[in-house]
Amino acid sequence: MKRIQLRDLCGARSGDKGDISDLSLFADDEAAYDALLQEVTADRVKAHFAELVTGEVERYEARNVLALKFVMHGALGGGAPRSLRADNLGKTHGATLLRMWVDVPDDVAANAKRKARPPLP
Amino acid sequence: MRLGGGQGFYGDGHRPVDDLLAAGIDYLICEALAELTLAILQKDRQRDESLGYARDLPLYLQQAMPYLLDGRTRFITNAGGINPVAAGRAVIGAARSMGASGLKVATVVGDDVRPRAAELGLPDDALFASAYLGARPIVEALEAGADVVITGRVADASLFLAPLVHEFGWAWDDYDRLAAGVVVGHLLECSGQVTGGNYSGRWWENPDPMRIAFPIATVESDGSAVISKPPDTGGMVTFDTVREQLLYEVHNPAQYFSPDVVADFTSLTLDDLGDDQVRVSGTRAADPPSPDTYKGLVCTPAGYAGEARLVYPWPDAEAKARAALAFLRKRAEENGVPVEEWHEEYFGVNAFGGSTVPKDFEPPEVIGRLAWRTADKESAGRVAGEVGVLGLSGPPTISGMGRGRGGGPSQLLAVEAFYVDKKLVDDQVRVEVEEV
Repeated sequence: MKRIQLRDLCGARSGDKGDISDLSLFADDEAAYDALLQEVTADRVKAHFAELVTGEVERYEARNVLALKFVMHGALGGGAPRSLRADNLGKTHGATLLRMWVDVPDDVAANAKRKARPPLP
Repeated sequence: MRLGGGQGFYGDGHRPVDDLLAAGIDYLICEALAELTLAILQKDRQRDESLGYARDLPLYLQQAMPYLLDGRTRFITNAGGINPVAAGRAVIGAARSMGASGLKVATVVGDDVRPRAAELGLPDDALFASAYLGARPIVEALEAGADVVITGRVADASLFLAPLVHEFGWAWDDYDRLAAGVVVGHLLECSGQVTGGNYSGRWWENPDPMRIAFPIATVESDGSAVISKPPDTGGMVTFDTVREQLLYEVHNPAQYFSPDVVADFTSLTLDDLGDDQVRVSGTRAADPPSPDTYKGLVCTPAGYAGEARLVYPWPDAEAKARAALAFLRKRAEENGVPVEEWHEEYFGVNAFGGSTVPKDFEPPEVIGRLAWRTADKESAGRVAGEVGVLGLSGPPTISGMGRGRGGGPSQLLAVEAFYVDKKLVDDQVRVEVEEV
């Protein structure tokens, strides 16, 4: 097994519905998807977001597009038009989840496809 | 059948719409209403009863007009917001001033359930209460020959499903095809977000990133579709950009609720055909396939907010920013300002990541952001009155953020979901068609 940060392993996008933050993780192959399934549980995501998410976290699977979906309740300070947060729409929550470290099989870590970085001017 | 996704929110770009029209589309569909947008439009309507719709609507009309007049393209939008009647009038006025004639404009009303708040158990101080209507009234408008259809709160994807039902003659219980239409709509409703915008992969490899295209769906009568973009535009359409949009804000992907059908997004297949074309096929409805309620949104006043942003450089930037925010909170307390909620964020430290951010670095600068909520507007303004003192009597090396200070107090609005019996709403939905 090897320890890897999610930013190197998958993509992420997040958005809002009321006070719910809705987040997806995208794997690049079946082996990576299985590793995410194993490691990125609803409980771990809830613990990761700590004070940012006050309610329950539900996880859904979409193997057809190699994606996991997390629905996080109580995650936006009461919902966009009422929230005092700078990110009242949860747009940054995908990035925040990419900070998580997970233990994955060696070949999954070796094949991780998200290690490239954008050039700086 | 070629559908173009011409708008993803109120304030979206207009140039990509010209590219869509030039590429040839049967329908230009503009989705203007996020949850937050309704609250913004409510503030407009509070100032002026004739507002409450997306005010850039006439600009879209102007772009589409040559194509509307020669019958190449029809135009559907929910830019009517919480005042579709006023939006319809604005469109008719704008069409006349452009010298258009023979143009049929339909307005869909009936999503407003605020007059029935008591009956529905909604708060009596509701500023608006709108049900998400489905595709049916738009289909009715198209059958009446409308070139332009203006609606209020119609569900985003239903705007796109409607022309497919109309053109292909899909039955209202042909649930798998309806579900396929909802998928097409969901993929197009956020404009550039399926064509390389907000892409979390190698976003820096987007061709011509200053000109990210808006999407086109070429849909077959069985509901399968190819997502693409106009030629000679920026951005990209790949398996990865399409799946990121597919799951955007859908909650349980096996049960995506639209007013017309519950779609199972886990049933479909995406095939990357190369050359910015991705095929989506095999979509099925969930079981049970038909929702018995409409979702609605109700909005009530939720007090006022103010905020201050203070910038400090290294060394000890975070400690200085924290001391400054503590100063403001203490002064508000001493002045007896009734603040109901405080929120502190430290940009450069943890503003977005909270406690997930490692603490093993010293940032070169920190912005301390303090936000507060009060019941009344005057109190929200009083907290900010103490910010100036920090200039000479606070922690050292305070800086600004360039020109433009934080605004004055702004009103907060609470928006909650509710569910309402479909028949109750359907009975009040009307489609009015007027020829210019």
